[in-house]
Amino acid sequence: MSNVKVNELTFQAATVNGSGSQSANMVLTRAIFSMGIPVAPKNVFPSNIEGLPTWYQLRITPEGYMARKGDPDVLVALNPATWANDLKTVRPGGAVIHEEAYSTADARDDVTYYPVPFAKLAKTRIASDTLRKQLTNMLYVGLVGGLLGIPRDRLEHGVQRVFQTKPKAWQVNLDAVNVGYDFWEENFRDRPCGFRLEPVKGKVDGLVLVEGNQAAALGALMGGVTVAAWYPITPSSSLCENLIAYADRFRVDPKTGERLISVVQAEDELAALGMAIGAGWAGARAMTSTSGPGISLMAEFSGLAYYAEIPVVIFDIQRVGPSTGLPTRTMQGDVSFAYSLSHGDTRHLVLLPGNVEECYEFARTAFDLADRFQAPVFVLSDLDLGMNLWMTSKFKYPEADFDRGKVLSAEQIEKLQGDWGRYRDVDGDGITYRTLPGTEHPLAGYFTRGSGHDENARYTESAEAYARNMDRLARKLEGARSALPQPILDEPGSEVGLIAFGSTDAAIAEARAVLSESGMRTDYLRLRALPISKAVGEFVARHERVYVVEQNRDGQVYDLVRLELAPDQVGKLRSIRYYDGQPIPAEAITRPLMELEAVPA
Amino acid sequence: MAATLNRIGLARDAYKGAATTMCAGCGHNSITNHLIKALYELGVEPQRLAKMSGIGCSSKTPAYFVEQAHGFNGVHGRMPALTTGAQLADRRLIMLGVSGDGDTVSIGLGQFSATADVGSVQKKGAVNTFQPIDPCAVALTLGCSFVARSFSGDGKQLVPLIKAAIAHRGMALLDVISPCVTFNDHDGSTKSYSWVKEHDEEIHDVSFIPFFEEIAVDYAPGTAVSVEMHDGSHLLLKKLGEEYDPTDRMQAMHLVEDSRAKGQLLTGLLYIDESSPDFATTEHIPAERPLRDLGEQELRLSRADFDTFMDEFA
Ligand SMILES: Cc1ncc(C[n+]2csc(CCOP(=O)(O)OP(=O)(O)O)c2C)c(N)n1
Ligand code: SF4
Ligand SMILES: [Mg+2]
Repeated sequence: MSNVKVNELTFQAATVNGSGSQSANMVLTRAIFSMGIPVAPKNVFPSNIEGLPTWYQLRITPEGYMARKGDPDVLVALNPATWANDLKTVRPGGAVIHEEAYSTADARDDVTYYPVPFAKLAKTRIASDTLRKQLTNMLYVGLVGGLLGIPRDRLEHGVQRVFQTKPKAWQVNLDAVNVGYDFWEENFRDRPCGFRLEPVKGKVDGLVLVEGNQAAALGALMGGVTVAAWYPITPSSSLCENLIAYADRFRVDPKTGERLISVVQAEDELAALGMAIGAGWAGARAMTSTSGPGISLMAEFSGLAYYAEIPVVIFDIQRVGPSTGLPTRTMQGDVSFAYSLSHGDTRHLVLLPGNVEECYEFARTAFDLADRFQAPVFVLSDLDLGMNLWMTSKFKYPEADFDRGKVLSAEQIEKLQGDWGRYRDVDGDGITYRTLPGTEHPLAGYFTRGSGHDENARYTESAEAYARNMDRLARKLEGARSALPQPILDEPGSEVGLIAFGSTDAAIAEARAVLSESGMRTDYLRLRALPISKAVGEFVARHERVYVVEQNRDGQVYDLVRLELAPDQVGKLRSIRYYDGQPIPAEAITRPLMELEAVPA
Repeated sequence: MAATLNRIGLARDAYKGAATTMCAGCGHNSITNHLIKALYELGVEPQRLAKMSGIGCSSKTPAYFVEQAHGFNGVHGRMPALTTGAQLADRRLIMLGVSGDGDTVSIGLGQFSATADVGSVQKKGAVNTFQPIDPCAVALTLGCSFVARSFSGDGKQLVPLIKAAIAHRGMALLDVISPCVTFNDHDGSTKSYSWVKEHDEEIHDVSFIPFFEEIAVDYAPGTAVSVEMHDGSHLLLKKLGEEYDPTDRMQAMHLVEDSRAKGQLLTGLLYIDESSPDFATTEHIPAERPLRDLGEQELRLSRADFDTFMDEFA
C-alpha cells in the first residue's frame, strides 16, 4: 500500500478495569519505545476498582508530541458496554480489532475490521485457569504486533521489561502474545491496514519513560526527606507508594534494618500535614502528598505553617473538583486555592512543574526552599503529569548541598550571648533565625504559636507587633519572587505571546509547531512558580496580545497574572481555558487562537 | 538560703515558665505546678523537653512551665499529629503534650464537651443527652501502653503518675480531671470541683522511685504491686481496696466500664505495658542519630545507585 502512515498513529485499547489490561498496554508501549519510536501514553481510567470502562491511549508521532490527541486510528475493542461508542470515535481509514461476537451489522464502512474470537482463543489456547482473564489481554498485544509490524523480539522485550521483577511470568505472557500474533498471521495477513511501525534511530536516544509521581518520589528522596506523612487519595497515592518502595531500597541498612526515613500513613489529611509540620518544626525535611479534597482539609494547618514559619513540603497532585469531582481525571484547578490556602492574609510559595524532569527537580529543591524561606512549599502537579508515563532525559544528579536555611546552633547562640529573637529580621530579607528543639543551650528555646506573636515569639495582641509581623512576611514573599524557579522564555519574535504552566506545556509545544506551519509565530513564557516573577510583566509588555492557557474553568492563573500587570497592560491579556477533565490537546489551543487571531486555518 | 538543686544541678525555678493567665482557682494551674514538681524532681533536661499543645485554656499552659524548653501551641485538636512528627524528627526529645478534653475529643468551654456525662447539667441549664467519650477507654482500645487517670487537686497521686508517664517508653495517656471553676463548677455538673472530690476513688496508692534512687519504701508482702520500668525506675502501687493488676488490659477495660456504671471516678494507674516498643522503634529509625541531623551523604542515593536507578526507566 502506498499511503501507509509510518510511525504516526494513535492507538487506543478499550477494556474493563481490573482485568489486567494495564500490563498488556505497558508491554505494547515498551515494545514500541524500544524500536526507537517516540511514545505518549495516556490512561483514562474510572474511579473504580474493577468492572468499569477504561481506555488506554498511545500516541505515536515522528515529532514525539506528548499531548493527548482525541480520536484513535487503531482501536482494540474489548468492552461490550462501550463498543458502539468506541467505534464511533475511530478516525476514517482506521483499524478496529474487536471481539468477534460484537455486532458490526450496520457499523460504519470507512474502517477495517479485524474480528477475533478472544473468548474462544483464551479458552482453547491459554492453559492456566487462574491467569486466563489477565492473559486474554496479552492476546491483543500479539494481534496489534502483527497489525502494525512490531517485531516479535520487541514484544518479548516488552514482556520482560514490564515483568522485570517476575521472570517467572515471562513465558506465560509471551505464549499468550504469540497466540495473538499467530492468529493475526493466519487470518489477516492479506488484510493490511494503513499504519505501520518501523524501527528508527536518533529519536529517543537516552530517553526514559517516567511517571511524574515516580519522579517526585525520587526528587523527595534526593532532597533529603526523612519524614513523610500522608493519607491515600487518587491521584497522589502513587507518590508516597513510590517513596516507600524507593526508600525500602535506598534508605534501609540491609544489615541492621535501620531506616533513614519514616513514612507514616496518618488517620487523615489534617493529621498528615500536622505530622509533617511537627517534623519540620523539629528540623527534619518533611512532606505530605495529597489531592483535591485533601488539600481542602489541609487549609488550617497550612496557615499555621505560614504564620509560625515552619518548613514543610506539600505535594498536590491535582484532580478534577469541586468536591469529590472526577477523582481520576486531570485539572489545574487548585492553583489560586493553594496559593492562598488558609484564612487571613495567607500566601504560599507554589512550584509548578511542567514536565516529569521538573517533578523531580522541584520535589528536590522544594525542601531547600522550605528551609530557606521557613515556609510551606506547595508542589502542584496533576493527574496527567503524575500518573502517566512521559518520555524524558535522565535526571541529573544534584551537585549542590542541602540549603538548611537560617538555623542557629548552640555555639552561635553562645556567641550572641543569647541575644536572639525567633522573629527578628536581622538581615532585612524578612527571613529570621530559628532554633531546633534539643539545641543544647538554655537560651535556645522559644514558644511557637499560630496566635499573635512578637519578634521574640512572645504572645501578643499588640496592633503594631501584628502589623510589623505581617509586613515582614510580605517582604519575605517578595524576596521569593526572584528566588523561585524563573519562567522559561522562548521568543522567536512575535506580537502574540502565550503563557502556560504545568502539564499544559506538552500541548503548547505541539500547538506552536502547528501554528507556525500555518504561518503564525508565537512567543511563549512558561510560568514555574508563584508568587509570579517580574519577568511575566515584562513579557506582557513586549507583546501586543498575550493568551494565558490553562486547564480550569475560571482562568485562575489568567487572574493572578492580571493582578501583577500595570493598568495599561491589563487589556493585552486573554484567556484560553480547557476543563473537561481530559489532558488538554493541542487543538484546544490552536482552534481558539486561530479564531481570535483570525488566521485562515 | 541556697536553693536545693536536682540531680542535674538545676533549681526548681529553672522549671518555671511565664506567669499564668488562667482564672484564679483553675485546675490547670495546679496541674502546671505538679508538672513543674515532677520535671524538677526527675531532673529532666529542659533542652530535651518539647512542650506541645493544641488550642484551649489547658493548651496555653505549656507557656507556664519550663521556660527554657521549646514549646508549640498548634491548632485545635491536632496536638498529637504535631507531636508525632516532631518525635520522628528527633526521637531523643521528651514530648510532653497538654491537651484539653475539647482539644482531644471535641469542644468544651461553657458548651458541653464530648467527655460530659449523660445527665450532666450545663451552666445555663441544658442537660447533656449524649454518651460521653472516655479518653482512657479509647486509649485502652487503641493499644496505648500507659493509661492513667488522676485529679488536678491530688498532687500526691498526680506527681508520681506524671513521672511514670515521662519514664514510660512510648505513648502515655494521663487523663487529669481538671474542673473549670468558671464554666463548670455549678451543682449538676459531674465535673465540678466538689463532685470530683466526693467521687474520686483511688485504685491504689501510687509512688514512683526513679532509676537514680534506692527503693526505700517497704510494704508488707501482698499489699503492693511493683512495676519495673524499662529505664530501671519503679512504680509502687499500694493496695487500697480490691486486688488490681495494671498489666492486665482486659481488667483495666472492665474497671473503667464498671466504675462508670457505678458513677465513680476511679483514679490511679489503669494500665501499663513496659514491654511494648515506642513508635520510633517500630519505625526502625536510628536510635542515636536523629533523622533531622542526617545529611546529603546518608540521605541521597550514591551516584552509582542513581545512575543504575535511572537506567531502570529505560
Ligand atoms: C478549628 C477550631 N474550631 C474551634 C476553635 C475554638 N476553640 C478554641 S478553644 C476551644 C475549646 C477548648 O477546649 P479544651 O481543649 O477542653 O480546653 P480547656 O479550655 O477546656 O482547657 C474551642 C472550641 C478553634 N480554635 N479551632
Ligand atoms: S475558663 Fe475554666 S478552664 Fe479556662 S482558665 Fe478559667 S477556670 Fe480554667
Ligand atoms: Mg475542656
